[in-house]
Amino acid sequence: MKKFLAFVRKEFYHVFRDRKTLLMLFGLPIVQIVLFGFALTNEIKNSKIVVCDYAKDAASQRIIQALEASSSFEIEQSLLSHRQIEDAFRQGTIKLVVVFPDGFNDDLQRFNKAQIQVIADASDPNTATTLTNYVNNIVLDYQKELAPTNPLPYQIVPETRMLYNPELKGATNFVPGVMALVLMLVCVLMTSVSIVREKELGTMEVLLVSPFNPFLVIISKAVPYFALSLVNLTVILLLSVFLLDMPFNGSVLLLFAESSLLILTSLSLGLLISNSTDSQQSAMLISLMGMLIPTMLFTGFMFPLENMPLPLQVIANAVPSKWYYIIVKSIMIKGLGFGAIWKETLILAGMTTFLLVISFKRFKIRLS
Amino acid sequence: MRTLKFLLQKEFRQIFRNKSLLPVIFAMPIIQLLVMPLAADYEVKNINIAIVDHDRSPYSQKLTSKITASGYFRLAGYGHSYKQAYGQIEKDKADLILEIPAEFEKNLVRENKQKLFIAVNAINGTKANLGGAYLGRIIADFNADIRLDWIPPQRFAPMPTIQVASSNWFNPFLDYSFFMVPGILAILVTMVCAYMCSLNIVKEKEVGTIEQINVTPIRKYHFILGKLIPFWVIGMFVFSVGLFIVGRLVYGIVPLGSVALLYSFLALYLVAMLGFGLLISTYADTQQQAMSVVFFFMMIFLLMSGLFTPIDSMPGWAKVIAYGNPVTYFIDVMRMLVLKGSRFSDIKLHFLVITGFALLFNGWAVLNYKKTS
Repeated sequence: MKKFLAFVRKEFYHVFRDRKTLLMLFGLPIVQIVLFGFALTNEIKNSKIVVCDYAKDAASQRIIQALEASSSFEIEQSLLSHRQIEDAFRQGTIKLVVVFPDGFNDDLQRFNKAQIQVIADASDPNTATTLTNYVNNIVLDYQKELAPTNPLPYQIVPETRMLYNPELKGATNFVPGVMALVLMLVCVLMTSVSIVREKELGTMEVLLVSPFNPFLVIISKAVPYFALSLVNLTVILLLSVFLLDMPFNGSVLLLFAESSLLILTSLSLGLLISNSTDSQQSAMLISLMGMLIPTMLFTGFMFPLENMPLPLQVIANAVPSKWYYIIVKSIMIKGLGFGAIWKETLILAGMTTFLLVISFKRFKIRLS
Repeated sequence: MRTLKFLLQKEFRQIFRNKSLLPVIFAMPIIQLLVMPLAADYEVKNINIAIVDHDRSPYSQKLTSKITASGYFRLAGYGHSYKQAYGQIEKDKADLILEIPAEFEKNLVRENKQKLFIAVNAINGTKANLGGAYLGRIIADFNADIRLDWIPPQRFAPMPTIQVASSNWFNPFLDYSFFMVPGILAILVTMVCAYMCSLNIVKEKEVGTIEQINVTPIRKYHFILGKLIPFWVIGMFVFSVGLFIVGRLVYGIVPLGSVALLYSFLALYLVAMLGFGLLISTYADTQQQAMSVVFFFMMIFLLMSGLFTPIDSMPGWAKVIAYGNPVTYFIDVMRMLVLKGSRFSDIKLHFLVITGFALLFNGWAVLNYKKTS
C-alpha cells in the first residue's frame, strides 16, 4: 500500500510538472462549458431574408411588419428580379426570399384569395423548413386578424406546458451534453497517452521489471487523472449553475457518484487504447480522430438518436457518454433518484468491467 | 532543392512505414464520412406521445387515431392517469403528453369550447417546439373536421385565405446529407492535417532527432517545407477521395460550382491549417502538450464553425469567435461551391481571409521556431 501511494505521488508530480498540459486540462472544460452553454443553440434566429414587395399595399406592409417583429428574421433589402434572387443565394448570406405579387391586397379583398411566394435556400434543409414554417405561421396569424370577429363554434383550445425548460433555453440541453463529452474525451485522451508515453520512452520496461505489481503501476497512473476529472466536474457544475442558470434538482452526491463511474469507464477505455498501441501518435489519433466526432454525434444532445438508422443506434449504445448524458439529465434537470437510472448505471458499470478485463488481458500478453 | 527532395523522401517514407498510422490517416476519415452524415439529421420524426384519455369517447379515439396516423407520432401509451404518463416522460419513453379531459365530447358540444392539455418534455427546446407545433396542427385539423360534422359548410362566412407557395432551391428534396457531407469532409481534412502536422514535428523534438537535424546544414525553411508538404499532399488526397468517391458514389453529390476553384481554395486552406499545426508544435515540448492544445482548438473549431448549429443564432461575442475560426470559412465555401454553384466573386472574401490566416499562422510559427531553436 505504501509503495502504491509512492507511485501515485510520483504520477501526480508528473502531471503537475507539465504546466501546459495542466492548463489545458483545466482550461478546456471551463472554456467549453461557457462557450457552448451560451453560444450553441439549435434555434434559428436572425436569419437574413429578402422581401420583394411588388404590391406595396396595406396587406403586404402589415405582414412585412410582422416578419420584422419576429426574432427569426432580419430583413435585408428589396430585390426585384428573379436573377438577383439567385445571386443573393449564391453569395451565401440570404436564407429566404418572400415575394408579394402585384395587387396582393386587391386579390385578398375581391376574391378572398391571395398568394405569397416563398423561396428558401434549401442547401440547409433545416433552416429552410423552419423559416418557411415561421412565415406560414405569421401569415396564418394575419389571416386570423382578417377573419370576422365572431368566434368559431366548437373550439378546441390546446393548452401547452413546457416541462423542465419553460424558456426553451439551449443550455439546458447542451450543458449535460458538453459535460458528457468533455469528461469522457479528456479522460480517455490523457490516460491513453500517459501510458503509451512510458512505453515509447522506454521507462515502462524499467517499471515492469521492478518488483511492484504491474497492475498497481497502471492503476497509479490513472489516479491523478481521476482526481483531476473530479475537480473538472466540480468546476463545470459550479459554472453551469451560477453562470448558465442551469437547474440542479437532484442529489449532488448521486451525480458525483455517477460521474466517477463515467470517469472510470473512460479511464479503462484509455487504458485499453494505450495497451493496444505502441506509439503516442497512434494512441492520440485513435482517441481524438476516431472518437471526437462519433462521441459528439452519438451522445444524443445534438441529433436525436431515435431518428438514426438502426445500425447507428446500435453503435450509439456502445458510447459511454450516451448513457451518462441520460443520467445527468435525469439527476440535474428532472431531479430523479437512483431508482430511475439504475439501468444506465448498470450499463456503464458493465462497460467498465468489460474494458478493464480485456485491457488487463492484453497487458499480460505484453509482459510475457 | 536537392535537400528538400531528400527530406521529402524521408518524411513520406516515415509516414508510410508506420503501419498503425496509415489506416488512421486514410481509412478513418473515409469511414466517418460514410457513417456520420447518416447520424446528423435534424428532422424530427417518431415523436413519442403518451395520451391520457379520461373521456374514452368516439371523439377522443378519433383524435388518437388521427395523431398516430399522421406519421410524426408514435403512441407510447394510452392510459387513464397523468401520473403514469409523466413517469414515461421521466424515463424518456415519451416526449409529450396529451391529456383529454373527461366529458370532452359532451362539453365540446354543450359549451362550444373545450380545452386539451399538452405537456412537452422541453429539455431539448427544438424538439419540444416542433413536437408541440405538429400536435397543434393535427388538433386544428381535427377541430375543422368536427365543425364540418356539425354545421353545414354554407354557414361559414367566406374566409380570406392567403396561400403560401414555397419552393426550395438547391436541394428540393431537403436531403440532409447534401448539407452535412461537405461540412463533415471539411472537418475531417482539417483534423488530419493540422493534427498530424503538429504531432509530427513535436515528435522529433521529444525523441531528440530535431537536434540532429538542426546541426546539419539543412536550412530551416527546408525542414519546415519538408514537414508541411507531405501532409498537404495527404490532405488533398483525402479530400479528393471523400468528395469524388464517397460524396459522389454514396451520396450522389456532384459539385455545382467550379472544381478548380474548390481545389484552389483547399490548397490555400491547407497551407493555413498546416501553419496552425506548425505554430502549435513550436510552442509544445511534448506530444501530450501538442495533442491537448490541438484537442482544445479542434473542439472549438468544430462546434463554432456552423457545422451543426447556425452561426446567425449565436450571440454577438460568439459570432466573433465563429468568424475568427478558419474552419467556418472552409465549411461555408464547401457548401457554397458544392451545393449552390457559387462563383469566385461570391467567395472573394473567403479567399482573402484564409490568405490572412495562412500568412499569420505560418509567419508566427516561423518567427517562433527561430527563437526556440
